[in-house]
Amino acid sequence: MLQLDEIQKRLLKEVAGLHEVPEGAYNIRSNSQAAGRRSTANIEITPKTDVSGIDIRIKPGTKNESVHIPVVMTQTGLKEVVYNDFYIGEDSDVVIVAGCGIDNCGNQDSQHDGVHRFFVGRNAKVKYVEKHYGSGSGSGKRILNPVTEVYQEAGSYVEMEMVQIKGVDDTNRTTTAELAEGAKLTVRERLMTHGEQNAVSNYVVTLNGKDSSADVVSRSVARENSYQKFDAKIIGNAPCHGHTECDSIIMDKGRILAVPGLEANDLDAELFHEAAIGKIAGDQLIKLMTLGLTESEAEEQIINGFLK
Amino acid sequence: MLQLKNVSFAVDPRGENKEIIKNIDLTVPKNKLIVVTGPNGGGKSTLARLIAGVEKPSSGKIFFNGEDITEKSITERARAGIAYAFQQPVRFKGLNVFDLLHIACGRKLDVGEACEYLSAVGLCARDYIDREVNSSLSGGELKRIEIATVIARSAELSVFDEPEAGIDLWSFQSLIEVFENMRKKVKDSSVLIISHQERILNIADEIIVIKDGSVQRSGSREEVMPTLVGTSSAVNYCSRIDPRKGE
Repeated sequence: MLQLDEIQKRLLKEVAGLHEVPEGAYNIRSNSQAAGRRSTANIEITPKTDVSGIDIRIKPGTKNESVHIPVVMTQTGLKEVVYNDFYIGEDSDVVIVAGCGIDNCGNQDSQHDGVHRFFVGRNAKVKYVEKHYGSGSGSGKRILNPVTEVYQEAGSYVEMEMVQIKGVDDTNRTTTAELAEGAKLTVRERLMTHGEQNAVSNYVVTLNGKDSSADVVSRSVARENSYQKFDAKIIGNAPCHGHTECDSIIMDKGRILAVPGLEANDLDAELFHEAAIGKIAGDQLIKLMTLGLTESEAEEQIINGFLK
Repeated sequence: MLQLKNVSFAVDPRGENKEIIKNIDLTVPKNKLIVVTGPNGGGKSTLARLIAGVEKPSSGKIFFNGEDITEKSITERARAGIAYAFQQPVRFKGLNVFDLLHIACGRKLDVGEACEYLSAVGLCARDYIDREVNSSLSGGELKRIEIATVIARSAELSVFDEPEAGIDLWSFQSLIEVFENMRKKVKDSSVLIISHQERILNIADEIIVIKDGSVQRSGSREEVMPTLVGTSSAVNYCSRIDPRKGE
């Protein structure tokens, strides 16, 4: 059963909020090995035979159940690509918590590339939470390149929360989604980079079905010498509604490139984008300082609120 | 309590030295409500910013409870007991009303207490406590939240820059009660309000008239008020919203 050391437990807590073995179905991967797995009556987790990864099958009608599939890495120099496929049955309502924590104290790069595919059945409802966290004092980089593909059938709803606040040196995130009639997708991305970090987020959401909708919102902070690129494209191929927003704070020598993209291929496609980048407003700092905070405490409050 | 000695403040746009505040001497004693009035552009808001530490004087000294605070930062002045309500409240993405009140009171704040601060400015706490202080709030709502953050500070000296602007849906009487209750709550505290509203001038213990960066007149309300009636330094609320009567 679960054999995790203190660092691994700390990483698990950061990425999945787990102190102990979670309720419901789970698969915990530690240093490229399965450290624990449990299926339930409605959720079956099986290892893939051709490549590294798992299949998660959720029976139609499964309600109020959760799946945790965190990954922790503490060995320096480890590089892996993992393929996880989720088959979410019709009319189910589930929470999926993924996430990867890397602690790299060595001098070689550690890299986890997770490829997640979601096949979401008719009228199913999914909340997906993915957190990334890096720690460790080694010179080796902590690299995460998640690929997420979402295929939503009619009437389904997917809510994605993507969080990366600390310690990941290099990320290239690619998310694609295809939505059928009446399907709805919301994405909330929160990102903070610092040091020499580099983070790229690419989204391509294709609204194929009538009355499908997507709302992709990113809030990010780039500090020190870090760099971010947010590239979000929504394609409307039917009467649909799409909105993308990138709202960013730059500090120190941080740099951000926002590339919002919209493509309307149907007369009744309604697509919007918003993008704003700027430093913390001086009057915000002054206001909090008149309430008794120091300048750095005020900065921290503003950023914590912004990324909440 | 607060003393400004020979304070001047100049800005230097395009190389022209422009004095906004010229050799001002003024004293705010304990337990007083002082209203600073005068024509627009006379330097009233700059005076409030100099007291809060947002601007530093070009020359002169500022004392608070006998201590020279001229070189002290905004934070140090806030911690020493000076609160300041902005004329134009600031919006924050992500921070909600409770967060701001919590920061303002500087200690653990329970929801009941936060509700009291909001009720004092005529806002239904249930509707506002979790609201983000962002552009979804109207100017009037923001202004009242701004006043609530100053109430939560329980400061010895509270400075308000045109607190009545944009609160038209709320009553003047309630705003006046806010000032009275603040003074009752903190012993010997004083309130300095920048306003040219006649109804606010009417509750002043002392009135200071600032024009062209200098104190033109100061004294008790009884002395100063008769000289102001009918001028832009004492505007009747109705004449302000009725353009035919002008200011």
